[in-house]
Amino acid sequence: MKINFVLNGKGRVLNAPSDRRVIDFLREDLGLTGTKESCGAGECGVCTILVDGESRLSCLMFAAQLEGRNVLTIEGLASEETLHPMQEAFVQFGAVQCGFCTPGMILSALDLLKRNPHPTRTEIREGLSGNLCRCTGYQKIVDAVEATACKKEKGPPL
Amino acid sequence: MKRVFLPHNLEELWRIIAGEPKADIYAGGTDLLVKLRQNLINTPSLICLERIEELKGVHEQGDEVMIGACSTHTSLLENPIIQRNFPVLTKALNVLASPLIRNMGTIGGNICTASPAADTLPPLYVLKAEVEIRSRSASRQMALKEFILGPGITCLKAGEIVSGIWVKKVPGFNLHHFEKVGQRKALAIAIVSLATLFKISGEEMVEDVRLAWGSVAPTVVTSNEIEAMLVGHRLSRQVLKKAAPIARAIVKPIDDIRASADYRRQVAENLLIRLGSVQK
Repeated sequence: MKINFVLNGKGRVLNAPSDRRVIDFLREDLGLTGTKESCGAGECGVCTILVDGESRLSCLMFAAQLEGRNVLTIEGLASEETLHPMQEAFVQFGAVQCGFCTPGMILSALDLLKRNPHPTRTEIREGLSGNLCRCTGYQKIVDAVEATACKKEKGPPL
Repeated sequence: MKRVFLPHNLEELWRIIAGEPKADIYAGGTDLLVKLRQNLINTPSLICLERIEELKGVHEQGDEVMIGACSTHTSLLENPIIQRNFPVLTKALNVLASPLIRNMGTIGGNICTASPAADTLPPLYVLKAEVEIRSRSASRQMALKEFILGPGITCLKAGEIVSGIWVKKVPGFNLHHFEKVGQRKALAIAIVSLATLFKISGEEMVEDVRLAWGSVAPTVVTSNEIEAMLVGHRLSRQVLKKAAPIARAIVKPIDDIRASADYRRQVAENLLIRLGSVQK
């Protein structure tokens, strides 16, 4: 079927089987391998993307469901040469070790800050509770999100 | 390949169902796509309800609230009508899976999946919720506890969907409580849960109470006997301990990967006893 949607800021009309999982559509068909897959069952969060600004699991969606939607994957976050402030903070705070969970973690963190611009550390942990990280122990991830929220308070909007 | 249909309104839905009578109907997909991957879904086509606006939203109608079946858990968590009237439901939604699943999964989906461990079911049982069922030609309403027959089994017939959930406001119940025990905090499937509504008088007497346990039997467990034992008393440990053996006797849990049946019996009892320390 033809799917008409916005992907990382650009309008696209693409062909895909309607029951193609979004994760496969992105990674295999479009070569956007920034979005990862691990459990394939909604428990790990590494396949997180933003659909109309809301975090969703691309392993639990069909390509047909993208029709008319605005989709953001990790590839669409940085503008030209400049990293997004959340990406900048992840680098600065060393919130990345193997990096496998990072794309999903960053997109979930953006959904969190949109709903709750000034989360406490506990609220950050709860907000990211659907995204597993097996390396960092979460401390530095929470630091990075907290710093981004503070920066957002002082600087221009994200 | 399975065809996936995305109707935009009910009229379109009925038309698609008529042409695809064997299709599986889903909302958020958080259960269906997992089952599909395990090769448990053999239907030739799928119908997704997520675009049907008529099935979304929360509507206050006098002393009742109608919750659209296709409302996501996140939308209900953030809804002031739900927060104001049904804290017991908000508390359960707050610990349901993860934010990501809550952004996708819907309350109607949670009901129709009819998992014994579903987090919204015990609150909806104590709220005496009714489900509104619609098909192309008819509409009917029935008590949720009649609607759910067993694990994954409901009264839904071919061509029908759950369109909404009706809940009467409960102004008399001034204490809403939900506790879930799982293996960890996030994304835990309930080992045992307990939803409670209390009407507590100025003298801290229990004037009325409704209790519902989840994950300890094929369907949610309630007990008129225990409720009657608590009415007219303060919520003391002594009274609760007297009622606890009944909780142990009425639950019918299973052994599974998450916990043994005996552990579940113990926790069902303990959650009742712990009501004595709930913040009033």
